Amino acid sequence: MRRTQLAPTRRTHIPLTRRARRRLAADAALLVVAAAFVLPLAWLVLASFDDGATLRVRVPSSPTLDNFSAVLTDEITFTPMLNSLVLCGSATVLTVVCAALAAYPLSRYRSRFNRPYLLTILFSTCLPITAVMVPVYGLFVQVDLVDTVYGTALFLATSQLPFAIWLMKNFMDGVPKVLEEAAWTDGASMPQTLRRVVLPLMGPGATVVMIYTFIMLWGNFFVPFMLLLSPDQLPASVTIFTLFGNYGSVAYGQLAAFSILYSTPVLVLYILISRRLGGGFALGGAVKG
Amino acid sequence: MNTGGGADTATGGRRRPVRWLPLAPATLLLLLFLAGPICYCVYIAFTNMQLTGSSHTDFVGLANFRRALSDERFRNAVWLTLVFTFVSSVVGQNTLGLALAGLMRRASRTVRTLTGALVITAWVLPEIVAAFLLYAFFRREGTLNAVLDLFHLPGQNWLFTLPILAVSFANVWRGTAFSMLIYSAALAEIPEEITEAAEVDGASGWRAVWHITLPMIRRSIGTNLMLNTLQTLSVFGLIWAMTRGGPGDRSQTLPVFMYDQAFTKSLIGYGTAVALLLLLVGSLFSVVYLRLMKVEV
Repeated sequence: MRRTQLAPTRRTHIPLTRRARRRLAADAALLVVAAAFVLPLAWLVLASFDDGATLRVRVPSSPTLDNFSAVLTDEITFTPMLNSLVLCGSATVLTVVCAALAAYPLSRYRSRFNRPYLLTILFSTCLPITAVMVPVYGLFVQVDLVDTVYGTALFLATSQLPFAIWLMKNFMDGVPKVLEEAAWTDGASMPQTLRRVVLPLMGPGATVVMIYTFIMLWGNFFVPFMLLLSPDQLPASVTIFTLFGNYGSVAYGQLAAFSILYSTPVLVLYILISRRLGGGFALGGAVKG
Repeated sequence: MNTGGGADTATGGRRRPVRWLPLAPATLLLLLFLAGPICYCVYIAFTNMQLTGSSHTDFVGLANFRRALSDERFRNAVWLTLVFTFVSSVVGQNTLGLALAGLMRRASRTVRTLTGALVITAWVLPEIVAAFLLYAFFRREGTLNAVLDLFHLPGQNWLFTLPILAVSFANVWRGTAFSMLIYSAALAEIPEEITEAAEVDGASGWRAVWHITLPMIRRSIGTNLMLNTLQTLSVFGLIWAMTRGGPGDRSQTLPVFMYDQAFTKSLIGYGTAVALLLLLVGSLFSVVYLRLMKVEV
């Protein structure tokens, strides 16, 4: 960082202006792209404060919180959000616990068995889960798991598991083994070592896996859309879709307000982990290998 | 994995299967809810299972696949999937992501932070919210036409006239951040001396990009294209919420077609055959991706 800032002063006058011109051109190009990205988002924010919101971006003539108070009811906001929390929360816990357990032997022990297992995991990370939904529905009908929250949570957890294991294993590889060896010498068992030594040391990594899993599940639409039927069990991702279809043409402002309420948790969580995810993250070192 | 030696010697004495026990819960879930459905998928794809009378399920061999090949709506869905994938993932997300990553290295800090935050916000938003935002953007009375109006250009109902392009652009809006992050990381790893040396040698901007930057990040380009394509192949919610595959079947990609056949038309067997084809294409891309990465695990 510092080097690029100092460079112009050390250089002669000509490269400096060239560099400045380049920067201006890059800024201009980026601002055009930023404008294209901001328009739909601006509509969302402005419409949520606009009593007579239309589908077009406009500054509300008299900003109001009416849209928010209209959707802050049990039926529209609280029950679906609570459902989302229960569904995604339990699936996340299941994913993280299973991933942490699975990552341990994969990261710590060597065996001929590791490489095929990890390759299979990586392979299933890439499979289009959408395509599996029809047979999953068929199976769920046969074993009576359709329209159950725990059945849906089990499937959601499994769908995130391959990537969670992969991420978790990579984070665990980064924890030095010296401390574990000391614990083993002291006679600690493997579960004790995992809980008392390894997990605390990879706390930030495990948190990233947890938050990332939760974000992915919170936004997931297709799985609960297929597997849950009772309106009182539906998470926010599906109820917003029903709202959208049924009242969409009537109350855009309320729909925007609800969209904001529904999106806020994931945006906040993403900001919390963005520093660890940003740049070098590139989906879980999956790219680095 | 090469660092595993230390633990091995420490536990050399206890090579018991019990130490692989922690793998059991995850493996069990994966077998039950992922491998299970995939095997079941292979089975149903060869039957005439329908939602209504599951007792009449018969084995029909390749009939579902033959039917797909001669079904004009299936071929339409394949074509639209190709268009959707090519426009939104190969051209859109990939190129725009690379361009953004490249420009950000030259731009001022404020602009870089602002653009990055916006692009990433579009990515983090839940799928249905993104679909709703872009639905509003592309409607006749929506923002896109308002902008075109400013420049005295004719507006239209994009979701009706060009539905597949509208959903493709929606997917670009939503998915570009991923490519941008991958390429930012890749570009940051190019040593500065190399680009500076090229400048000293008088390589102009585009030639430097073509002959130096692109070859140096070709592995990232390959993996990014694979991952983008795989993600795009399974997009359902975005299209379903924006157009439901319509009008008619003019934005009906394979996942939407599969859903329509299996649940609207109750042809589970046929729908699953389509799902199986989708899985096969996905697996093919996954294998190429794993090869490209030369994974060292």
